[in-house]
Amino acid sequence: MALELKNVTKRVGAEIHIHATSLVVEDGSFNILLGATRSGKTTLMQVMAGIQRPTSGEIWHHGKNVTGLPVQARNVSMVYQQFINYPMLSVYENIASPLRVAGLGEADIKARVGRAAEILRLTPMLNRKPSELSGGQQQRTAIARAIVKDSDIIFLDEPLANLDYKLREELRDELPRMLSGRNAIVFYATTEPHEALLFGGSTMTLHEGRITQFGKTSEIYREPNSLLSARVFSDPPINTARVAKKGKSISVQGGSTWPLTAEQAKLPDGEYDIGIRPHHVTTKKEAAVTGAVKGRVLVTEISGSESIIHVDTGGRTWVSQSHGVHPHKVGEQATLHADVAHALFFNQQGKLVA
Amino acid sequence: MNKTYNNKAWWFVLPVFVMVAFNALVPLMTVVNYSIQESFAANEFFWAGARWFQELLRNPDFHASLGRQIVFTGAVLLIEMPLGLAIALCMPRTGPWVSVCLVLMALPLLVPWNVVGSMWNIMALPDIGLLGKGLNALGINYNYTRQPAAAWFTVILMDVWHWTSLVVLLCYAGLVSIPDAYYQAAKIDGARPWAVFRFIQLPKLKHVLTIAILLRFMDSFMIYTEVIVLTGGGPGSTTKFLSIDLMQKALGGFDLGPAAAFSIVYFLIILVLSWLFYTLMMREEAN
Amino acid sequence: MARITISNLRHAYVPQPARPEDYALKRVDLDWNDGGAYALLGPSGCGKTTLLNLISGLLQPSEGRILFDDVDVTGKTPEQRNIAQVFQFPVIYDTMTVYDNLAFPLRNRGVGEEEIKRRVSAIGDMLELTPTLARRAAGLTADGKQKISLGRGLVRSDVNVIMFDEPLTVIDPHLKWQLRSKLKELQQRIKRTMIYVTHDQTEALTFADQVVVMNNGEVVQTGTPIELFERPMHTFVGHFIGTPGMNLLPCEVKGGKAYIAGHAVAAANAKLAASATGKLELGVRPEFVSFAKTGFAAEITRVSDIGRYKVVEARIKDLPVKLVVPEGEAIPEKQARLAFDPHHTQIYADGWIAGAPR
Repeated sequence: MALELKNVTKRVGAEIHIHATSLVVEDGSFNILLGATRSGKTTLMQVMAGIQRPTSGEIWHHGKNVTGLPVQARNVSMVYQQFINYPMLSVYENIASPLRVAGLGEADIKARVGRAAEILRLTPMLNRKPSELSGGQQQRTAIARAIVKDSDIIFLDEPLANLDYKLREELRDELPRMLSGRNAIVFYATTEPHEALLFGGSTMTLHEGRITQFGKTSEIYREPNSLLSARVFSDPPINTARVAKKGKSISVQGGSTWPLTAEQAKLPDGEYDIGIRPHHVTTKKEAAVTGAVKGRVLVTEISGSESIIHVDTGGRTWVSQSHGVHPHKVGEQATLHADVAHALFFNQQGKLVA
Repeated sequence: MNKTYNNKAWWFVLPVFVMVAFNALVPLMTVVNYSIQESFAANEFFWAGARWFQELLRNPDFHASLGRQIVFTGAVLLIEMPLGLAIALCMPRTGPWVSVCLVLMALPLLVPWNVVGSMWNIMALPDIGLLGKGLNALGINYNYTRQPAAAWFTVILMDVWHWTSLVVLLCYAGLVSIPDAYYQAAKIDGARPWAVFRFIQLPKLKHVLTIAILLRFMDSFMIYTEVIVLTGGGPGSTTKFLSIDLMQKALGGFDLGPAAAFSIVYFLIILVLSWLFYTLMMREEAN
Repeated sequence: MARITISNLRHAYVPQPARPEDYALKRVDLDWNDGGAYALLGPSGCGKTTLLNLISGLLQPSEGRILFDDVDVTGKTPEQRNIAQVFQFPVIYDTMTVYDNLAFPLRNRGVGEEEIKRRVSAIGDMLELTPTLARRAAGLTADGKQKISLGRGLVRSDVNVIMFDEPLTVIDPHLKWQLRSKLKELQQRIKRTMIYVTHDQTEALTFADQVVVMNNGEVVQTGTPIELFERPMHTFVGHFIGTPGMNLLPCEVKGGKAYIAGHAVAAANAKLAASATGKLELGVRPEFVSFAKTGFAAEITRVSDIGRYKVVEARIKDLPVKLVVPEGEAIPEKQARLAFDPHHTQIYADGWIAGAPR
């Protein structure tokens, strides 16, 4: 029980930035904060770090109440979206700065900086200034500075957002390796569900200042506790529809009737909201139990290996993501096949039931 | 953002507090003190209440000075703001001439104010000054020591020479910070230079212009050194602005009461007008 | 609408370019059809924005010519070329309403108010801006403002080409895909030549019919998204396109066959590579590597669950290999055998695909 938040809220003026939040996080865990912009990720991280003070509630770290402790007194480090480095210092000095503040000896500093630079592949650049480095290298310097001091908690606030797409992929691959072997708690904020899934670990989905779900990443992806959590954790957005279940089938808004799997048929009759992720809606019938989605093609996006087709089903737009190249013309009628077995059923109270 | 509490910072600020209190608050309170009392040689004080204020506000001399001051400030703002903006628009934004222009613009601001007054005093002299002799040679009967119109002309010209640079530098900084993409988009949209000015540059300069106007308003309303060296308030009292009037009262007679009241009223006028203007600009911004 | 031809184009930002490194854009020749959707894809600093600004006329090239419909426009200003450009951050006239913003280019060209009203309403409808037409442009969200930028280009009927310079940069991530689809939809509807510059492969591949991949001021490959994906001409294209990028394994070619770590592997261009010299690598995309009964012995090091597929990192001896496994398929625990799809396995010599003309 390394870090615990007890009913922490954050209010600025009349706005509530963080609603009452209670959280327990273990040492050595990799925790992802996933949510849209302005959902409260940065505020929550700053409150946990001690940069901002919670309006109410307590924060406990290793059994001690640290709520009132300013960030300088806590052993934390933070990496920002903008590459924040001391522009006048060399890369070596940048990485060494927290150690100098802590008053470590030169030999110790040299050893630690050398190790961090090696992990981040910065050794040939130690004598340069940040302005002479590329964006990716500047961010590595910031990360090196964060890991060199053996902090208890490391915060990364969308650190890859300002980097080129490919560079982002490369750093994302290396990040777990860079942070491994420590007992620190890592918090990583991002807006992309894809990134969360790539990292694994645990994820908390945020929406308008509330944590809607917290758990192992792949679990909360497969079993979102509400339609809201499912929405946060989907890109492209999850297809939703309101359905009425009767017996062994459901009638979907727009007229069609879809069969159900044996398990789903056991649900009580009534109204439900269903969510089906785009990659479970295909152009060819692939799954055993499918429902038909008929409509007019709005746009077809083809990347090298898959096709994303947007279909207007009379009011609602459904998005299908299929493997392979399926060039559909705009305006033509198309039928998509939704894999009902992978549909998420949410009852009237918004809870996942199947 | 309400940051975590750190008490030690207050101790660092304490010496500054003490200094500010000593240099600003205490004298201010003293002035207020004098303004509501009657004194003889600053030794005996008798309560006067609002008497000095009432006398002041009814004094035709005060009205005249205030009137002159308003005309002066108005003229100066009307000339310096458009002129400064126009010069800033003409200055190059990149290239080798940038530093040259900036230095040239900064020069008038570096001259000590009494030297400014002396410079113009001598330069405008009708018999030996470049300006004075030149104007007279052109056939214009010009003598700022005798003619009120000439005196006003010279005072305003001096202020424009001295302070337009400030407006130029502020506007230039604002212009330079407009990203290139706006000009590129305007080119693509086929906008004429006037449209570029009206729809891109002017809106983006709003903040800078507000600051420039506020600064020039306050400074010109308090102008003293340059004018006193140039004309001494004359000929007669035709260029006697508020500050000159105040100084004559305060140092001339030994009546501290009325002078103190004058000071307070002066201070309040500037404060209220500045506040009004600032609020108007900010409210328009919020809309 | 115009056919765009770029001939012998080179550009250097320094006044007297002497060495090849001085050129930000090395030699480029391109030929684009009317009404198509094109993308310039590459990492930061590859020259794509330079090329875009040369086409739009915001930059004058050091050498070379640009032709619209066989007319030399190299010396003409952006206004004379009749182009429209959407920038990285929304460029709008803050003091005007949305309607006035859209009408601005037409008013500057002296179009009558009746005609303006008709066009602006049509474009406002297409871009879903109609409810906001009377509002001050400054009050809209970032994606609304970008739509206004786009709209100003669309209202003009004589626009030859519309350029996009990384237009989704400031858009909220959860709105990005919406605006992206909207741009594609528009392109398919109105069929005007559009050029889209980006470093994001998804944006480029989903938008364009033809993608120009650039690196270090040069065009590396031009092709359809499918061509770039299935048959990259250069290892850079293989690496840059695809998530994850192409696997590159050092190999040898002996007697018309390719060998990795001593084992033979079938490659599509193995025969052509027989006479290849230089650094030889075998390229195969993770999508075309699969578990099989026979094949390379590999050890599985990491499995990432992306939801609709899994990325498996494995090692053949000490060579890292990634493969993409569809959802639902079983993944062995530690040891496995990997097979490469021979049709999609290529040999590269010094980065370029073996056997094809450069």
